Amino acid sequence: MRIGIDVGGTNTDAVLMDGTTVVSSTKTPTTPNVTDGITTALRGVIDESGIDVSAIDGVMIGTTHFTNAVVERKHLTETACIRLGLPATVCLPPMVDWPDELRDVIGGHYYLAHGGHEFDGREISAFDENEIRGIAQQIADKGIKAVAISSVFSPVNTVFEEQAAAIVQDVIPDASLTLSSSIGRIGLLERENAAIMNACLRELAIRTIEGFKSALETMNIDAPFYMSQNDGTLMNADFAKEYPVLTFASGPTNSMRGAAFLSGLKDAIVVDVGGTTTDIGVLQHGFPRVAALAVDIGGVRTNFRMPDTYSIGLGGGSIISTDPLQVGPQSVGYELTTKGRIFGGDVLTTTDIIVASGKEDIADQSKVADVAADLIAGVEDAIEEMVNIAVDRMKTSATPVPVIVVGGGSILIQRDVAGSSEMVKPDHYPVANAIGAAIAQVGGECDRIFSLAEMNRDEALEQAKAEASEKAVAAGADASSVEIVEVEEVPLAYLPGNATRIMVKAVGNLKEG
Amino acid sequence: MRLITEDILEDIALGAAVLGTGGGGDPYIGKLMARQAIRDYGPIELYTLDELDDDDLVVPTAMMGAPTVMVEKMPNGDDIVNAFQAVGKYLGKPIRATMSIEAGGLNSVVPMYCAARLRMPMVDCDGMGRAFPEIQMVTHTIHGISATPFALSDERGNTVIMETIDNLWTERFARSVTVDMGAMAMLAAYPATAAELREAAVPGTITQAERIGQTIRRARVQEENPVETVRQAVGGYEVFRGKIGDVQRRTEAGFAKGDAYIEGIDDYAGRKLQLSFQNEHLAVRIDGEFKVTVPDLIAVLDIDTGEPITTEGLRYGFRVVVIAFPCTPKWRTPKGLELVGPRYFGYDVDYVPVEERYG
Repeated sequence: MRIGIDVGGTNTDAVLMDGTTVVSSTKTPTTPNVTDGITTALRGVIDESGIDVSAIDGVMIGTTHFTNAVVERKHLTETACIRLGLPATVCLPPMVDWPDELRDVIGGHYYLAHGGHEFDGREISAFDENEIRGIAQQIADKGIKAVAISSVFSPVNTVFEEQAAAIVQDVIPDASLTLSSSIGRIGLLERENAAIMNACLRELAIRTIEGFKSALETMNIDAPFYMSQNDGTLMNADFAKEYPVLTFASGPTNSMRGAAFLSGLKDAIVVDVGGTTTDIGVLQHGFPRVAALAVDIGGVRTNFRMPDTYSIGLGGGSIISTDPLQVGPQSVGYELTTKGRIFGGDVLTTTDIIVASGKEDIADQSKVADVAADLIAGVEDAIEEMVNIAVDRMKTSATPVPVIVVGGGSILIQRDVAGSSEMVKPDHYPVANAIGAAIAQVGGECDRIFSLAEMNRDEALEQAKAEASEKAVAAGADASSVEIVEVEEVPLAYLPGNATRIMVKAVGNLKEG
Repeated sequence: MRLITEDILEDIALGAAVLGTGGGGDPYIGKLMARQAIRDYGPIELYTLDELDDDDLVVPTAMMGAPTVMVEKMPNGDDIVNAFQAVGKYLGKPIRATMSIEAGGLNSVVPMYCAARLRMPMVDCDGMGRAFPEIQMVTHTIHGISATPFALSDERGNTVIMETIDNLWTERFARSVTVDMGAMAMLAAYPATAAELREAAVPGTITQAERIGQTIRRARVQEENPVETVRQAVGGYEVFRGKIGDVQRRTEAGFAKGDAYIEGIDDYAGRKLQLSFQNEHLAVRIDGEFKVTVPDLIAVLDIDTGEPITTEGLRYGFRVVVIAFPCTPKWRTPKGLELVGPRYFGYDVDYVPVEERYG
């Protein structure tokens, strides 16, 4: 059996799953000390089911804890960045586009060194061991232990980052290192930003993950535990200590993966209705479609492969204003159960309207008996239109596709969405995110520029697929279950010749034992 | 003369994306370079052409190659200065100022880095009034100004200087040198005097980009729909409103080409627009009939945010407004149309100015 946990900003959700069956689930408030919240959630699902803890094979945790640390500028470690690429890149040093206060929090230390590659694999300049040793000594003298290393076109060739890491580790034996090539893809500033954020989060990651471990120990759970990543795949706890940034978008990803699992659909639109917003995403081969554009986290530009979601200000707590009729974007949010009319409050919300319409029976229906029929109809029409437009925006073709509705505010969706082939509101829809964590697989990725002068397109694709599969196996996948789930080719514009960027993603089931 | 500060730079970069008509590269890296240079060396003096003396020599600077490479291997900074100074050295004459070769996209702001570093003025004009993919596609060519001496520099300190018989040859050689330099290089070219540029350049385009950017930013702050204000700011026409129904892409000779099909909504319901692109938006057909073509400018804006959508960003389901606006009169001459008219890009149709159809 597996336990899936989603530690959100407001709630911590947990589910206990036996194979593909949900045995028990719980929603508890997230606590400032995440360990306590997780312990409570674990106790909830275990006590409710009455199972023996020895039956638990694994615990999967998704959390926004590290994202929040960056956004709130809290618990971050002083960090140094070494960039290999001289004489290129000088005019835009590391952290050039960061908010000042975030840069100040982590010290803003950076060093430029020789090295780096061209798009076709040639060296920009030779690697200089003495130069790196000198820089490492300066970092050591400042007493800094967290070091991020980036190198131009390191997604094409990782060797310089690895050589530099070995030297830094030699000079500072207890340094914790993050290589940009192990985190991001093409786009030096964005990849380097991610590496620096990762480096400054590692101390917190170690503390937090040790906290998760002690929560498991408190509950006498001896099973391994995993953290869920941006792309909906898992990493083991030790890997997560090294790569906390890879959890940044695990929330929306888990809810979409959970929706895929609960509905049995691999290609569909997911409508996740919360208290304040509705996030619409697209499932392709059972995984969220990723955003093509740069993603901003706490004011820092990154190129993580985040789910491509579109959010609208519609949720179970959205406030209705009547003159003129408008739904949201203001919301009572988590205060719905005190401020909503059916709960005895005085704010008319979308949930009140659905109850007033008689389609759902929650709390005290008599408190909304006075709501006029034309207002109910008007709000229902408005919700329908908002959802229709948002779903249509996310579709990839005009062909009708299934629409899966999940999340605590799912009762708002009473009508079929235009352009849907079927509407699915699966069992356990309020805890889809924790289920998404529980069922996650492991994956690997290749993102490189291939010169098709040296090999033909099929060979390049094969090589990219092999690399992605190898990475999935290295991350813990059962080799026999690994499959390629995503292939994308982007020819480089404004260039003659045949340079093509190929991105491949492979996933597989977690190897047991 | 007026000063380009950080705030003004933001507006210029935003407006340049509209003038990029879907291409020209994301101004992001160029903007960061210019911003850093303004912080280190102070604001940039922007002169109008009229404020320069007739004999003042102006040399445009730009980035050449793949924007995809530039986001990874960012310039050194000395490279652009080297290219610029190489042209001056070759000519043996002092250069008064630099300018943008194209006001659309990345290269609108790249010269600002050079200007700030050398504490040298920039001129409020460009050679396209928009973005185009090839070196000879500048108004300088119409007026017989040679692209050469043409300097290309890399971050290692290499500079290649060339003299060619015409601007098409320059394009050919420069493209292959750029690949050797790592698929990206900094260039300085088309030296011309202020007197020549008063005839040959498109005046006021940096200010135009700034005004467009300012309009979008203000509309956002006031939570107004910026689409209509952008249309007014560029003096353009609304051509279509619709939803992207399909996007087909192909690569030919290193250029990303394709067509987007947009289904009409609101007043345009039942009609279909075909948008053809090659790095930039090139032509609009509605129900099979050509309505707008190069060299007039075509911008595809997000219906809600007014954000210009690049050819790479065109995706099914986007709700967009297509606007078109007149190019500089220089492109409407026989010589101009030979360089950048619809036939150069493979459309067998006569150019009809946008205002004749929509005005």
